Amino acid sequence: MSSPTEARQLTFSQAVNEAIREEMDRDHRVVLFGEDVAAAGGVWKVTEGLLDRFGAERVLDTPISEAGIAGLGVGAAMTGLRPIVEIMFGDFLPLASDQIVNQAAKTYYMSGGMTSVPMVFLTSMGAGRRLAAQHSQSLQAWFAHIPGLKVALPSSPHDAKGLMKTAIRDENPVIFLQDKVDIYQKGPVPDPSHEYTIPFGRADVKREGEDLTLIATSSMVRQALDAASELAAEGIESEVIDPRTLAPLDEETLLDSVRKTARCLVIDEGYQRYGAGAEIAALVGENLFYDLEAPVRRLGAMDVPVPFSPTLEDLTIPGKEQIVEIARQMFED
Amino acid sequence: MALTTESTPSQGLDAAARLKMLRQMLTIRAFEYRVGEFYERAEMPGITHLSIGQEAVAVGVCAHLNRNDYITSTHRGHGHCYAKGAGLVPMFGELLGKANGYCRGKGGSMHIADRETGHLGANAIIGGGIPLATGAALSAKVLRNRGVGVSFFGDGALNEGILLESMNLAAIWNLPAIFACENNHYGEYTPTDQVTAGRLTLRGEAFGIPSAEVDGMDVLAVYDATHAAVQRAREGGGPSFFVFDTYRYLGHGMSDRTRPYRSREEEDEWRTRRDPIERLRNQLLEAGHTSESELDAMGEEVRAEVEEAARLAQEAPFPDPEEVDRHVFAD
Repeated sequence: MSSPTEARQLTFSQAVNEAIREEMDRDHRVVLFGEDVAAAGGVWKVTEGLLDRFGAERVLDTPISEAGIAGLGVGAAMTGLRPIVEIMFGDFLPLASDQIVNQAAKTYYMSGGMTSVPMVFLTSMGAGRRLAAQHSQSLQAWFAHIPGLKVALPSSPHDAKGLMKTAIRDENPVIFLQDKVDIYQKGPVPDPSHEYTIPFGRADVKREGEDLTLIATSSMVRQALDAASELAAEGIESEVIDPRTLAPLDEETLLDSVRKTARCLVIDEGYQRYGAGAEIAALVGENLFYDLEAPVRRLGAMDVPVPFSPTLEDLTIPGKEQIVEIARQMFED
Repeated sequence: MALTTESTPSQGLDAAARLKMLRQMLTIRAFEYRVGEFYERAEMPGITHLSIGQEAVAVGVCAHLNRNDYITSTHRGHGHCYAKGAGLVPMFGELLGKANGYCRGKGGSMHIADRETGHLGANAIIGGGIPLATGAALSAKVLRNRGVGVSFFGDGALNEGILLESMNLAAIWNLPAIFACENNHYGEYTPTDQVTAGRLTLRGEAFGIPSAEVDGMDVLAVYDATHAAVQRAREGGGPSFFVFDTYRYLGHGMSDRTRPYRSREEEDEWRTRRDPIERLRNQLLEAGHTSESELDAMGEEVRAEVEEAARLAQEAPFPDPEEVDRHVFAD
């Protein structure tokens, strides 16, 4: 038996697969359905092998019918199952928005606590794969805006597994977004004999530092860590914090860090305008305005539809270079 | 595939069962008129949509269901809620936004639900409840509990894509789902035939779902048509689709008073010649199952029961302020 420190290397995809497998073993009410999830194992290989293990009654291929499968998932969650519904690309969530926003998110409240909706919408986010405007968006802010929804977006295979297990056990609808560029990136994940879950609403300090807080989500965590290394060479020590869930949001850990560093840059791959970065920046500004040495900054995707041509697409995605540049500006007087 | 609805299991219903149906329809109608009074007196918040004229569909379908079966309903859903087994006091309470309402006053007329009796909720999105009941049918299939999921929806939902997506899924997965369309001939203020292409039952038949048009003003016809479908669903025989021909006696909502989109003659025709309550009443009298005086007494009892429930709901307190952010998330 290996210890967590000598962990295996798994991709995001393998880590989430393992989480789903463990939870389906643990709870017969967990079912999985979506486009190509069963026989093909999912376009991201996230659901590979699950059909063989759990059978066609619990792992179902669906038609290309996002609203329908989301809606049946909500109804099934209301009546005894715990569905994981895969919506292949986050860009397709708008097709299922009525079922997510008006039904899943509101049922527990509208029913006065009679009927909960324990389900997961498993989807992908992020640009960089040259998939153009309708397969590249990061729409987490849309859903984090809606009371009744939880939103998880892991930045490592380790976190992806722990957060997925929590998502499946949660009594509420959870939007679970996997970055599609990082999905085959490997990272350490403890051996299955070391079972773990990661609670929602608990941020993770990915790097400690005294001078600047970089709050980053999903694949932007890797960009922030790279930027932090470069800034360290210039004498700026960054603290990199990953909220891991936007709803609920671990306000305390974020504010504690900024209280210490007095400088804060938020990086999220959603469009910058009205994005998750704006919300977190407002939180910091409202609470710590008089502690700050520089205005809170945010960095999101450029406010344009994601273009196809690589030379254009790369201009729209936030990355290490921009983080470093903004960080430097924050230390100019 | 057309659905054969020639069998008449209602012939097996004894006088007591038929009188119960009559009483349910009378109660729904009395409830609805009382809701209208609340609204007219400005004692009820928001908006409401009454189902007067459509009582037979709710009662005839729900007669086959038990507490383990689920329904979803519409903005015009008080009748479904009562027919599925809900009580009058928490129904009125919910409509008045009171703490004793089924949803603790947080749902209202358009979102009323009653978990105990298998009512997953009215829905204010046209067609919104259809996939939910179909999902309940998926649960019943996976959990093998012989339950069925019934979605009530209006003719307005016939043009929502979610109906077709739900029907397709119910058909490919052979789910115990009943799609119960109440065609009251108007989607809000617009005549259905003006905005709806194709024969209505073809929407089900296109998916290979047994489909039938049924006289929704005759509770026994509704009962007969759905009897076999519910049985078949329980036994793994898959979904069915019904278009119940019915009529909304009043406007779309309480503010729709003049109904310029239809004639008074048309309304009178439905009210005087096809009323579902009068119809069953006359049948019961003709068959010697009851007497005028017995029916008058029943009417009085129903009115008194509804009035008493309305009074209790009106006297109930509004929710405490701390209720406002409870139940956003389940623990």
